[in-house]
Amino acid sequence: MKRQMTGAKMIVQALIDQGVDTVFGYPGGAVLPIYDEVFQQNAIKHVLVRHEQGAVHAAEGYARSTGKPGVVLVTSGPGATNAVTGLTDALLDSIPLVVLTGQVPTFMIGSDAFQEADTVGITRPCTKHNWLVKETDNLGPVLHEAFHVATHGRPGPVLIDIPKDVQFATGHYESPKPSISRYQPQVKGDMEEITELVAAMETAKRPIFYTGGGVINSGPAASQLLRELVDATGFPITSTLMGLGAYPASGDKWLGMLGMHGLYEANMAMHDCDLMINIGARFDDRITGVIDSFSPKSTKAHIDIDPSSINKVIRIDIPIVGDVAHVLEDLLKVWKSRGRKTNSEAVAKWWQQIEEWRAKECLKFEQKGKIIKPQHALTRLEALTKGHDRYITTEVGQHQMWAAQYLGFEEPNRWMTSGGLGTMGYGFPASIGVQMAHPEALVINVAGEASWLMNMQEMGTAMQFGLPVKQFILNNERLGMVRQWQELLHGERYSQSWSEALPDFVKLAEAFGAKGIICSDPDDLDDAIMEMINHDGPVIFDCLVEKHENCFPMIPSGKAHNEMLLPGDHETQGVIDSKGSVLV
Amino acid sequence: MAALKIKKGATSHSAYNLRPNFSDVIEKHTLAVLVENEPGALARVIGLFSGRGYNIDSLTVAEVDHTGHLSRITIVTSGTPQVIEQIKAQVGRIVPVHEVHDLTVEGASVERELAMFKVAGKGEQRVEALRLADIFRANVVDSTLESFVFEITGAPEKIDAFAELMRPLGLVEVARTGVAALARGA
Repeated sequence: MKRQMTGAKMIVQALIDQGVDTVFGYPGGAVLPIYDEVFQQNAIKHVLVRHEQGAVHAAEGYARSTGKPGVVLVTSGPGATNAVTGLTDALLDSIPLVVLTGQVPTFMIGSDAFQEADTVGITRPCTKHNWLVKETDNLGPVLHEAFHVATHGRPGPVLIDIPKDVQFATGHYESPKPSISRYQPQVKGDMEEITELVAAMETAKRPIFYTGGGVINSGPAASQLLRELVDATGFPITSTLMGLGAYPASGDKWLGMLGMHGLYEANMAMHDCDLMINIGARFDDRITGVIDSFSPKSTKAHIDIDPSSINKVIRIDIPIVGDVAHVLEDLLKVWKSRGRKTNSEAVAKWWQQIEEWRAKECLKFEQKGKIIKPQHALTRLEALTKGHDRYITTEVGQHQMWAAQYLGFEEPNRWMTSGGLGTMGYGFPASIGVQMAHPEALVINVAGEASWLMNMQEMGTAMQFGLPVKQFILNNERLGMVRQWQELLHGERYSQSWSEALPDFVKLAEAFGAKGIICSDPDDLDDAIMEMINHDGPVIFDCLVEKHENCFPMIPSGKAHNEMLLPGDHETQGVIDSKGSVLV
Repeated sequence: MAALKIKKGATSHSAYNLRPNFSDVIEKHTLAVLVENEPGALARVIGLFSGRGYNIDSLTVAEVDHTGHLSRITIVTSGTPQVIEQIKAQVGRIVPVHEVHDLTVEGASVERELAMFKVAGKGEQRVEALRLADIFRANVVDSTLESFVFEITGAPEKIDAFAELMRPLGLVEVARTGVAALARGA
């Protein structure tokens, strides 16, 4: 049924019809008609952020913790340009977002009008797709298509730029119909390739599952099928930073995260395996180490919904284009119908080898003395929050890697971190988005003090909307990861990697009306963490930690998986050669 | 729509065409991309090439189906087989792109380019330019007492050859359209 309404009303109506319950945004001149409609309804909650970057990260947190697209509403010009970092972050991590930006009226486009920016031009490389809507009649179809594109195929952020006169004008609106979109990426994998993979699994002596964010993005069914597959075959499994929680950390086939700061046993197993089954990961450079020596002896299978991910960096022997859940379902069917075979004798030997690597205890650390080790802080956080309905977000840096190493994730969608873009300032607004979606849950942002300060203005948002997000700041008064690289690579010349003017975080919390906790003594840590958990409201937890702790294990730049630095390796000078030093 | 039909070849939805060929040899490929004729569609394709560091040797674009709102972009690009495969996959995932075809590997194809050459000269040089133009079946589309503008259509190599011959005869300006290409057969 077609109905007549203004563009602004259409936008709100389309959001309601798409099942949106929360919008993160910030008003301005070019979106006032939309905000007027937001004012006159109760179906959609609007979260007023304090900076548009925060709106996008909050929407990412919402999307990643729910599996639903996150929605953002910002104004033209600076509103749109401030959203660019968040859009790029969501693009690299394949997070579905629908971002609505206001634009100057159509008749002023191109005149360098007040708060005009070429938003579709600026955001073209950092969105999956974007639209400038110049006719009110087109608004409905474009809005519906935007949700379809954001959530189908490899998910990603989309943006709709809407001039103000289009918002005021009246046009026809139709509710969304079952997909009439031309955009229908392939979800079923090729059965011949799947069968070839099953055949490889039946004979593999040293198999490994290497899984990524694609499993999470594919939905809860994908994680369920993955668990079934791993447990039925008995093959070891490792995951990228993005895929943590798809397989439970408590599962006995779990090797831990792989990659630059991954676990020794996971990286060694990747290096020595004879069959690598990549499920929804993309051979990122944080994962592979130096390409030439990446897992030299293995047959490589790759399941990915995006054909451009396959053979992009690593040569693949068994390519399967499709959605993880669909492919795993078929894979399990074929494997079962062929008699559930594995080379169990050889796989048992493989596990013996893995246990030897595990015996290195690469995450071991010693908490002694009166200074809190960051690893210890996270171990205690894990122990004290484990039983809770818990969601973790992080900022970017050493604390992020320690969180990935020392916290365990039992379910998908419980771990929100900026993987591809590595955006400092991501975690705090993301925690706000998560808490909006899960008001009763314990939402903790594991942060470093430097990252956290990048979007600290969102304290206002947390207070205004009564969001009890816990900001667990591992404060080393340093840009820890930068400092670590300067130690390893630049002769311990610590150029600009510490802050001499940090705020008093307790007072800062109090200035916003929140609770602040400071803890510097390991003996006080448990009580302080409990105080944070039990406080019904936002908390800034200033955990003063060892200032010069390095994050290990580590694959140095330009090295292979079997050339890791372990915590005991004190000789770190010169481990990165000139070839490796140009890598990021 | 008959004009739009591109021979279906190796780029089906099967993953078999993803079997890699990681050779270091730089190859030249002609890609035909059918894309929705909407604002910014060309920018998306070009932006992909510049953003990911791929080469564009030549590019032509025009609407080919008014009712279906489709434009055809013909891109001549060069790279290793792996890079060419990446380019096709990357272009293929641009949302308004309907089809990507690699005319270089999907059977035989014909390529044509149109060029215009301005040649200035007097006397014997002028006569020689006209004589060569005739051999190359180039048309004279403008003439003054001291200059010609030739129009020539053909494979890019033919146009290159014509340009080489015109250079010593007073070539002052060249305009080329870039390659348009179609697969042979029905």
